[in-house]
Amino acid sequence: MTPLLSVQGLSKHYGAHIGCADVSFDLYPGEVMGIVGESGSGKSTLLNCMAGHLPPDAGAVVFDTRGHGPRDTVTMSEPERRMLSRTDWAFVHQHARDGLRMGVSAGGNVGERLMAVGARHYGDIRGKAVDWLDRVEIDAGRVDDRPTTFSGGMQQRLQIARNLVTGPRLVFMDEPTGGLDVSVQARLLDLLRGLVRDMGLSAIIVTHDLAVVRLLADRLMVMKDGHVVEAGLTDQVLDDPQHAYTQLLVSSVLQV
Amino acid sequence: MTAMIELDRLHKTFTLHNQGGVVIDVLSDVSLTVAPGECVALTGASGAGKSTLMRMIYGNYRAQSGAILIGGVDLVQAEPREIIRLRREVLGYVSQFLRVVPRVPTLDVVAEPLRAVGVGSDEARTRAKELLAQLNIPERLWSLSPTTFSGGEQQRVNIARGFAHPYPAMLLDEPTASLDAANREVVLSLIEDAKARGAAIIGIFHDEAARARVCDREIDVSRFTPARAA
Repeated sequence: MTPLLSVQGLSKHYGAHIGCADVSFDLYPGEVMGIVGESGSGKSTLLNCMAGHLPPDAGAVVFDTRGHGPRDTVTMSEPERRMLSRTDWAFVHQHARDGLRMGVSAGGNVGERLMAVGARHYGDIRGKAVDWLDRVEIDAGRVDDRPTTFSGGMQQRLQIARNLVTGPRLVFMDEPTGGLDVSVQARLLDLLRGLVRDMGLSAIIVTHDLAVVRLLADRLMVMKDGHVVEAGLTDQVLDDPQHAYTQLLVSSVLQV
Repeated sequence: MTAMIELDRLHKTFTLHNQGGVVIDVLSDVSLTVAPGECVALTGASGAGKSTLMRMIYGNYRAQSGAILIGGVDLVQAEPREIIRLRREVLGYVSQFLRVVPRVPTLDVVAEPLRAVGVGSDEARTRAKELLAQLNIPERLWSLSPTTFSGGEQQRVNIARGFAHPYPAMLLDEPTASLDAANREVVLSLIEDAKARGAAIIGIFHDEAARARVCDREIDVSRFTPARAA
């Protein structure tokens, strides 16, 4: 089986400071991988390098494209990469405001991504937008409202709808449940799990919340100071951590 | 008949890096096989390593050396995705505690293992309903999340979930604990049915009568526990 994404020796430095160093892994279709580590461990740098938001200093990010098979997205042209990020890739930001257009209606936010890949029929676009609002549990009556009038949890669900409407194969998520109430988080996690299973998505989730990765991720990578210190099956890494830092991380979680 | 589950010279230590680097030898030289249709009980005093061994066979704990072959896949060497596939299709595990996403209805919690192997939503729910009814979970609870259920109810939901898909290999951690006589009987008959269809089962049973009824052999785990220096 060809990996959907193959990251090879990815490194990024900020001057003398290490962002992330020599990260390699393969992600297969339908797999969800979590990346955990404390603030400054390099997990967001890694995510942004993979998603094409930051140029890495070295390494390759090979994606199995629909048309041309495995291609290195680091060296591909900007228009090609942009097309990829509008079709097969999606990026869910921690702050929904970074991933939404706040001055455009909810339906417009979802429809915009469809139009970017060539949809033109207004009725179809609106129909699909309403369908997606329903799937992320936003009342169809809110389709013409702007996201500024939505709660934080609703904004996050709208961002997910906007990202998934084009049927991407790979979703990057940066702290998707960060800053939300626990009850809202649970609802979002349940929603994400259902979508990942039903659409057969692959996803890479960066978070510092170990409970989130336990529920969502099949595999886990633990980062410290820009390096991957441990990787493996999520429950194995959390229940039988081998590295000193992972042991510290797992034993530091407060029990409720 | 070839073994469904085969452990070969397994060795397990825990290294506590943040507690002075203490190395604890937990299990050494564990070898055993379980054939299809056979149920093997792990016995031994508390702390002997029964649960550790069970968790290793599920791929939850890592082995330092040796092999764990289940349906031909070696869990010690396997990639995460191979273990995930194995757990989805081949290897079931009924733990003592139910761990679920909050808010998901009981019916879907039980149907989920079937949905994961591609069974349609209606068929999976039908099977889930059968199991919940068999385990005496009142129908009015099926649409609620099990997070607020009593310990015994959660345990039964967990068992229903564990038996939804007919896994060829199963691990059962105290499946009859905290159950009343009627429900204990249901669980024992589920185990007997699983054996009859050819499942290879490893279980921990503190309930001696249950163990005597469903288990074909007992393996005392303390014989794998390294002698500890005083």
